[in-house]
Formats: sequence, structure tokens, C-alpha cells
Amino acid sequence: MMQDALAFRKVWRVGANIDTDALAPGAYMKHGIEVIAAHCLEVHRTDFAAGAKPGDVLVAGPNFGIGSSREQAAGALKQLGIAAVIAPSYSGLFFRNAFNLGLLLLTCSEAESLQENETVQIDCEGTPQVRNAQGQVLTCHAVPSFLMDMVNAGGLVNVLKQRMADKALSKTH
Amino acid sequence: MNAGSTLAQKLIARAAGQSHVSVGEVLTCQVDLAMFHDSSGPRRLKPMLAEIGAEIWDRNKVVLVLDHYVPAKDADSEKIVRITRDVAKEWQLPHVIDSEGICHVVLPERGHLKPGYFCVGGDSHSPTGGAFGTYMFGIGATEMLGVVATGEIWVQVPQTLRMVWQGALQKGVCAKDMMLHMIGKFGMNGGNYQAVEFAGDTVRGLGMQERMTLSNMSAEMGAQVGLIAADHTTREYLKSVGVSQAVIEQSQYFETDDGADCQRFDFEASQLSPQVAAPHSPENTKAVGEYSHIVPSVAYIGACTGAKLADLRAAAEVLKGRKVAAGVQLMVAPASARDQAQAAKEGVMQILIDAGASVLPNACGACAGYGGTFEEGATVISSTARNFQGRMGPASVQVYLASPATVAASALKGHIADVREVLA
Repeated sequence: MMQDALAFRKVWRVGANIDTDALAPGAYMKHGIEVIAAHCLEVHRTDFAAGAKPGDVLVAGPNFGIGSSREQAAGALKQLGIAAVIAPSYSGLFFRNAFNLGLLLLTCSEAESLQENETVQIDCEGTPQVRNAQGQVLTCHAVPSFLMDMVNAGGLVNVLKQRMADKALSKTH
Repeated sequence: MNAGSTLAQKLIARAAGQSHVSVGEVLTCQVDLAMFHDSSGPRRLKPMLAEIGAEIWDRNKVVLVLDHYVPAKDADSEKIVRITRDVAKEWQLPHVIDSEGICHVVLPERGHLKPGYFCVGGDSHSPTGGAFGTYMFGIGATEMLGVVATGEIWVQVPQTLRMVWQGALQKGVCAKDMMLHMIGKFGMNGGNYQAVEFAGDTVRGLGMQERMTLSNMSAEMGAQVGLIAADHTTREYLKSVGVSQAVIEQSQYFETDDGADCQRFDFEASQLSPQVAAPHSPENTKAVGEYSHIVPSVAYIGACTGAKLADLRAAAEVLKGRKVAAGVQLMVAPASARDQAQAAKEGVMQILIDAGASVLPNACGACAGYGGTFEEGATVISSTARNFQGRMGPASVQVYLASPATVAASALKGHIADVREVLA
């Protein structure tokens, strides 16, 4: 659900080429999303899964989410309450999965100028912008409206639910 | 006037019911075939289908493969496999392939992929299907829900990066080396979710399973698809797996037009050395000679990427009448039961066993990292696709990626070795 533009959000930083095995480790894939989320990114930093609070943002280097089609990679971040990921680029497959689960991804060439622990505001009216406490404004790539709708709906399942309900309704009329 | 279309544009235009599509356009496509497996499939789809109040749009267009959690290693895996089988019965799925091999290999082996098709798979190595002139890409379970509920999916028409290979590969150098070289050059996300197309007389000269290796690892280049125009070799393969002549004739054989707008990159096959990707990324690729000091404890021939019949044959050619070095454990997990049976018939399996190989089940095995991974501190040379830290075992495991022939040569020598010297 997007998103209070006034809220201050804590930044967690990770590097480039974060892969889906790091986000959703294979050994835990047989378990539910709560268990997978508890091990999210532990290969890079063990404090993240335990410390992330709802509304925080994850800032990464290029090629975030490379690797597998497992959508639990995005689901784990969603489960931890991460409000958005901000990175210069994403794996295409991860990009689709994230929006399908209602996780906002912001593409921003200057993402890496954001620092661990600083707080940012995210404004998604029009072209998305990230503003830090010093008033620095990072402009992100526009998010296509149908994907923004998906985030606002809370993911594809809710979009489909509405679509099926509309279909059933049109049949009865 | 447009200057012609790429193979990718033509495949999308057909699926979207348009005469021409432009790069960058977002379109809704009709799906000809949806494949999912025991991890991404029923256990995730069933509750979500119930939640949205939908049913499968066309069960004849769905293929379910059990390959990730078989054979079940523990109670949790067993439960996943049981749910998968129960749901398959409940949904009356006509196409279920259970414990007979890895999805990307059994799908064409059973004649499910046809040139011209638009397909999705619930697995990131789904671009493998591109080897058949099919537009096929991987999606997550929720997006698969959308497909099985509606039969449709959106796609943004990609640009095409056309990789043109000319000339003959040296003996012992194969498709995997071509692909590792390209991933090294372009990087893990160099494909930028666009279409990669493999062309040129080198590619034309490859058999279907070698072509599949190219398309398969398009995933590691970050491409949405890895396409190869279907040709005579494709037709012969389809015939060999029992696809009827009528269906072969009716299939659509698209090609990139001469004037189509694409980025072209040229490669000379005869110049290529065997390639090795060092931990922990497939893009850490160098010529094999750079790594001759590495001493593996495990040599692994497995996965959709590296344990098809063609891969097993390549390894056997190296190991025939020889034994692996002391201290190296050789493991072979043939990608499908049919490939293993054919390899057994040809004496290929016996050569591998005589060389010291232990033979593992026809499943994703250690490559997926879902069970049966490598031990703490292991150094592995592997014919698989990914060497991410922690994927195939604890974070301490060091995985080097190479062709099956290079894995075999390295097992034989006890260090990472140049297969050309072994075959000379």
C-alpha cells in the first residue's frame, strides 16, 4: 500500500548484484514466508532481517534481484515491511515479481548516494522522488501507471480478485 | 514504414494478434503453454486460485513437472511433493511429468514446445525454450496465477541483442564456453531484460541440446529470452520426439529480417578457449588456464544447463577408459530419465561410472540448493548455471562453473584443466 509521502523512513544499505539466493535462501524455500524472511540477506548482513521495521527502505547497488524466479525474494522484503527498494537497476524477473506482490521498486541512478541509517521521504505523486533529511532530492524513473495501481492494490492477487468479481457481476446482469 | 522485425517482435506480434509490434510497446499476449514445477506450482497456486475464485483457463496448455523436491529429502519436502501430486489429480492435469527429469529438459523431450509458441515457465531458466524458436520466459508464482486464471500476460516488446557466431569451435570447446564468454563480456544483467538472439553458422551447426545450453543461460545474462530461429535441426528434433509431421508443418518458423533494428555483436568461434567462471558469479569468467591452480574436491555434472545427453556424451569422451584423480568426487545427475537411458544404451553411463562417478537422481539436485548441497569448505567445479554464494551449500563453498567437458577434464587431472590438452 503506497504510501505516506511525509513519513521518514530508515535506510538499509546493501551492495550491487544482490541475488535471489541471498534474499530467499534455497535451504529455507520449503518453509513459509515468515521463515524465509527471517534469513533474508543474512549472507550479506545478519542484522537486517532482525532489525528491519515496517516502513523502512532498502537501498542497493545495480542489478538488484538477479537469479531465480522465486518470488519469495520479493515476498521476504514485503514480509519484513520494507516500503520500497531503491536501486539503479533490477533483474527484470525480480522487477515483475516485486510489483506482482505489491512491493514498490524505485529505479534511481543516484541511489547509492543514500547512506545507511539516514532517513528519507518517498513521494510517488507523479514522477517518484526520494528526499533525504538534508533536502537532497533524487528523481527516480517513472513507474508505469498499471504497475503503480498494482502496488496500491496490494499486488496482483487483489487485482485479479477484483477482475474475477467484475466478471461474475457482468454475467449476472 | 518499418525496416523489418526481429524474431522476438514476430513471436510477440503473433501472440498479441498484431501484424507488427514496436520495441517498447506494452502488449497483452495469449499464452500457448504454461509450465510450472513442484516448488513454484500447485503449493502456491492452489490457495491463490481459491482466493480469487478462478479455475485453470485451459488445462491442456499446462505442464506440471516434479523436479525440485524429488526425491524428497525430508518430511517438509515430502509434504510439498504430496500436495503437488494431490493437486495434479484434483485439477485433472493431462500433462504431469513426475520425477523423470528437469522441467526445461523434459518439456521439449515430450514434444510440448513448438516453434512460434509464446510460453511462460515458473522457473528462471525458462528461456531454455527459446532454443526452439519459442518466446519463453520465467515468471514468479503470483504472475503464474494470473496466467492460469486468464491465459494472458503482459510483455514489453524488447530490443534484440543479436550474438552472431561464425566459424568452428575447437575440439572440446562447446556451447557452455560460448555462453560463459558472453556472460563475462556483458555481465549478469547485461541483457537488461531484453531479447538475446543467437545466430550465425556456429549456432546453426549446434544440436538442439547445445542450443538449449545457450538459451538456458540467457537467464544469467539478465535477458528475458534467449532465442534461436527454428530450422531443419529443430524439425528433426521434433520428429525424433514424436511430434507429428502435420504439427511440424503447421508450426511457425520466424526469423529476424535483414533490415530489422537490433544490436549486433560478432564472435569468432575458433578463437574461443574453454571458459571458467570463478566464485561467486557467472560473470567472473576467464579462460581455463587462469584457474589451473584450483584443486576441486567435487566435480559436479548436473542440471538443465549441464547434464543433458549431449553433456553426458561430452564428459564421457574425456573420461573414456580413465579414472578421476584421487581426492576428487565426481557426481553425475543426468537431466532426464530418457537422456540417462539413452546414455546407458550408448555406453556413456558405464564410462562415467567406471571413471568413478556416483550417479544421482534425475532432478535439480544440488544446483537448486533445495536439498543435498555440498559440504562446508568444498571446492566444486560444476557444469551448472549459478555459483552464487550460499546457493549450493554453506557460504564457504567455492563453486567454479565450466562446461561438462572441462568438469570431466578437471576431475581427471585433479585440478582445473584444459580439456583440449586431454583430448589432444
